[in-house]
Amino acid sequence: MTEFEPIFFVVLGLLILSITLCIIRVLIGPTAPDRVVGLGTINTLVIVSMIAFGMATSSFIYFNVAIVYALLSYISTLFIAKYLEGGEF
Amino acid sequence: MLSEIVDNIVYIFLIIGVFFNLIAGIGLLRFPDVYTRLYAGIKCTTFGSIFICGSVILLGLKMWYQGSSDGTVLVIHTAGALIAILITNPTGAHAIARAAHRSGVKPVGAVVDDLEGKPARKSAPIKKGADK
Repeated sequence: MTEFEPIFFVVLGLLILSITLCIIRVLIGPTAPDRVVGLGTINTLVIVSMIAFGMATSSFIYFNVAIVYALLSYISTLFIAKYLEGGEF
Repeated sequence: MLSEIVDNIVYIFLIIGVFFNLIAGIGLLRFPDVYTRLYAGIKCTTFGSIFICGSVILLGLKMWYQGSSDGTVLVIHTAGALIAILITNPTGAHAIARAAHRSGVKPVGAVVDDLEGKPARKSAPIKKGADK
């Protein structure tokens, strides 16, 4: 476990680099679905980053937070898609 | 012996997972279209997440095999997060693609659009002011 801690910090840094690229897409996206796609990608990357951070610092609370974050981000994505579609709630 | 093999598998899984997650960010910037961006962003992050969570699960199984009590917590919670990702990611991508097509975004370079002009829902006719 202790030998893997710096490696998970490197993994975390590369995931944050990927999140930065997605934030650029969210900022410059021409249409609204482009920004939603960027947000969905950021959500998945944040879940994996939470798992990597929990492994790097040996704090297991982040795994529980990752499960709840996955379900709530799914609900937010569905509601934004419903709003873009023009449906009624 | 067994510990070294598990360590090498964990390294390979981490390299594959980080590689595909980086490809997701690059593809999201480089592709020309909502649908191709969706392909790059959702599929690559799902595939990379499987491998990173798999490496964590392997480390948890190794800790459990060596007698640590934290290993079972690690395996079960990471498997729960992985199952949540695997169920919610494709369905969310499908909802985004359907909403993008119905809100009028056309694919770049498409010659024929088979879904053009079709009604939104065939089975449910729209009743205005039915249940308000």
